[in-house]
Amino acid sequence: MRKLSFYVARSTPAKKALRSLTWLLVIIAAITALNGAATILHKTTNSTAGWWSNASFVPELALDLQGGTQVTLQAQLQSGKTVSSDQLNQAVSIIRQRINANGVTEAEINTQGKNNIVVSIPGKPDAATLNRIESAARLTFRPVLYTEQVSSSSVGKSASATPYVPSKTLDAKPTAKPTDASDVSWISARLADLYTNYNCAAPDDVSNAPDDKPLVTCSTDDSGSTSKFILGPVEVEGSTISDATSGLATNSQGNSTGQWAVNINFNGKGTTEFKNVTSRLVSLTAPRNQFAIVLDGLVITAPSTNSAITDGSAQITGTFTSDTAKTLADQLKFGALPINFQVQSNEAISATLGKTQLLSGLIAGLIGLILVIIYSIIQYRALAFVTVLSLAISGVITYLTIDFLSWHDGYRLSLAGVAGLIVAIGITADSFIVYFERIRDELRDGRVLESAVEAGWKRAIRTILASDTVNFLAAVTLYILAVGNVKGFALTLLITTLIDVVVVTLFTHPMLRLIARTRYFGGGHRFSGLDPNALGAVYRGRASFREPVVAGGRKKAGGKEVEKRQTIAERRAAEAAAAKEAASEKTQGTTSEKDS
Amino acid sequence: MASFSKFGNDLYTGARSYNIVGRRKIWYAIAIFMVLASVIIPFARGGFQFSIDFTGGSEFQISGLKNPDQTIAVDTVTKFDSTATPLVSTVAGNTVRVQTNQLTTKQTDALGDQLAKAYDVPAKDVATSFIGATWGGDITTQAIRGLVIFLILAAIFMTIYFRTWKMAAAAMVSLIHDLVITAGVYGVLGFQVSPAAVIGFLTILGYSLYDTVVVFDKIRENNAEDKNGSARTFGESVNLAVNQTLVRSINTSVVALLPVAAILFIGSLLLGAGTLRDISLSLFIGILVGTYSTIFIAAPVYAQIRGHETLVKKADAKKTDSKSKLEVTS
Repeated sequence: MRKLSFYVARSTPAKKALRSLTWLLVIIAAITALNGAATILHKTTNSTAGWWSNASFVPELALDLQGGTQVTLQAQLQSGKTVSSDQLNQAVSIIRQRINANGVTEAEINTQGKNNIVVSIPGKPDAATLNRIESAARLTFRPVLYTEQVSSSSVGKSASATPYVPSKTLDAKPTAKPTDASDVSWISARLADLYTNYNCAAPDDVSNAPDDKPLVTCSTDDSGSTSKFILGPVEVEGSTISDATSGLATNSQGNSTGQWAVNINFNGKGTTEFKNVTSRLVSLTAPRNQFAIVLDGLVITAPSTNSAITDGSAQITGTFTSDTAKTLADQLKFGALPINFQVQSNEAISATLGKTQLLSGLIAGLIGLILVIIYSIIQYRALAFVTVLSLAISGVITYLTIDFLSWHDGYRLSLAGVAGLIVAIGITADSFIVYFERIRDELRDGRVLESAVEAGWKRAIRTILASDTVNFLAAVTLYILAVGNVKGFALTLLITTLIDVVVVTLFTHPMLRLIARTRYFGGGHRFSGLDPNALGAVYRGRASFREPVVAGGRKKAGGKEVEKRQTIAERRAAEAAAAKEAASEKTQGTTSEKDS
Repeated sequence: MASFSKFGNDLYTGARSYNIVGRRKIWYAIAIFMVLASVIIPFARGGFQFSIDFTGGSEFQISGLKNPDQTIAVDTVTKFDSTATPLVSTVAGNTVRVQTNQLTTKQTDALGDQLAKAYDVPAKDVATSFIGATWGGDITTQAIRGLVIFLILAAIFMTIYFRTWKMAAAAMVSLIHDLVITAGVYGVLGFQVSPAAVIGFLTILGYSLYDTVVVFDKIRENNAEDKNGSARTFGESVNLAVNQTLVRSINTSVVALLPVAAILFIGSLLLGAGTLRDISLSLFIGILVGTYSTIFIAAPVYAQIRGHETLVKKADAKKTDSKSKLEVTS
């Protein structure tokens, strides 16, 4: 038996164990420091712009527990038209995806009556969020027929808001039959008059303008240099966009220009259409070599064509910030709303469940935890303290991670989420149980504790990794594909699965390596939970055990079948002998009279 | 009376062994009975009851209140329909929002009047409307797509890890068994299926496969070691692994069930129907059935489909031959 404590003797497993524990400390300290630094920055700067915005040491709660804001959106219709329930449901689905793209908020979206959509969001949404939700995001590509910059001085908010209506006497027909969308003959006398008198400070709502007609509109550029446009008919529809992402624009050398851009990929139809437009425009003179990207009737940007784009990927740059670029990319990716909506009301809403439910849930969890501890003590004796400490460590890491995700990614803890975390106690504890049972199996095979820990670990970690991979696959797949509550659930599962692996490798195993060196455990004290005698391995002398008589062990599985397949009489005799030998050791140390 | 760890020892050495794989016909019969009951009884009762999150319902807004007390609304609705579980919240500090199951126009008017009376406001201050589902068809579609892809990925992973698709197939059979029975319990008891319950089902889906992988990993180990020179037939080798992991299965399910049972107990006894009861009930049933099915369905099914392989058959026949010369006990 070893007399040296692990403080003195540092053989390789002990060193490795201490290294693992150090890593665990580093991880915990790092997340704590990250959360702490962000919280302090948030409290002191009061700015919402930085990466630390909304940081806190307490995770945010979801709608059911904390309440939030209820935004009612009303469909804006041209007179005489009605909204079909299909359109409304489609809008709900698109709005849900848009909200989800912004994190795991577990917002609730549903229709109300025949014209309304109610969006309930935890916390208070800012203007950008509201815009992300309600903006129709109908994107079209139109060729530029004519454009000029409007001086910013004439653009005042006080300008008349009544739209200019050209005289009916002016001819509305194109001057000649236009040959393509870039043909200037689209500009009729009436259109020219409208253009001349069009006021960009008070633009008309042209978001529902017909696609097959030319359009007079302005750019949304808010840097002071607004432009007025006459645009040809729509040539490429935003619905042909297959994917949209935001990022920093790069130049032809691949270096970042420091400018935010929205990258667009077209589907097959869009690629062909876009190729046709750009190959025609490239040969035209300015400004007719420009095409305008029109969002909800306003020009976002109107780049000129330098070459025909044949691969179906385009980049929009303008006066984007990282936020506006992401918003536009999300809107394009998840599609345009079939109808325009306007925020009708924006009110605070209380929790449906409230704090009593949360408190009851937490009390239930605490009771469950105490029961788990009692059961582990019955089953694993002193070893249960490793279980309890491991659960405590995973509890701490889980809390810190959820806190981080809460301020960083908008994760909200719902009551279902709390229940999920409580259930995770069981799945986390299973890793310890698998591991402990493997160690016991190795002890039964006659190993001393230190080598049983190493051998048991090798087998247990395989099983733990394999089974956790299943949960990991479930979490990642559902997180990527699902929306709403299911996405939140997937994230919870992902967190607990990863933390399970971290804790069992960086805490439980190192702890066992260390305690295996102590006299109490290594010597197999009968309350240690690792008493070889109680485990059927028979004590043979100092620190060595004979294999159990009725061997079923893997080690010598082959060729010893006669021994294994004894008759009852043989087995009883062997057992009697074993019992006699072990009598002085008082084999039966464990209780839990569970025998069937 | 031997101790639990003695029980574990005996299972490990084979001194005590439950012939689970050999009696597979009994387990199959039980499983078929349970699955049929889980399908037929809810069907006979008229299908599952979905909560308003899935079906949409009626909404009442009582506005202009000085003291928007949520409990008045809960009491009024419960008095109106004792089975209803209304969702009540306050909006903008002076309005109470009540959501209930879909009511007929007549019922809506009646409940609206009662709410107005209960809050002592004129009837015109109670606005009613129909609301759509918050758990829309799109969430279900996306979730099912995610699930199908997950199951395919999980099957591929198990096939690669265990180096046989038959383990993946057996695991999937027991997974379906678990899901049908867990869902069946909701139908049989007539509990509402709420989003929390669905989250519970999803957890069970992961847990069932997780539990099966743990036991199958031991089977893989034993099979690999029993391939050469062992007298155990394939079925016996599987059976030994199941017995050897029995203590772990019992311990894990007890440890997983204790917190869930605490939530279920507190959730349903103290708080009545609601999120806690919904999620913990599906978890409680699911963990029990999941652990059971790994031992009694997944392992026997695996032993059976492997038993049809020519190589396994040949080896088993040889082993049975040589063993019949010994006095075999089990």
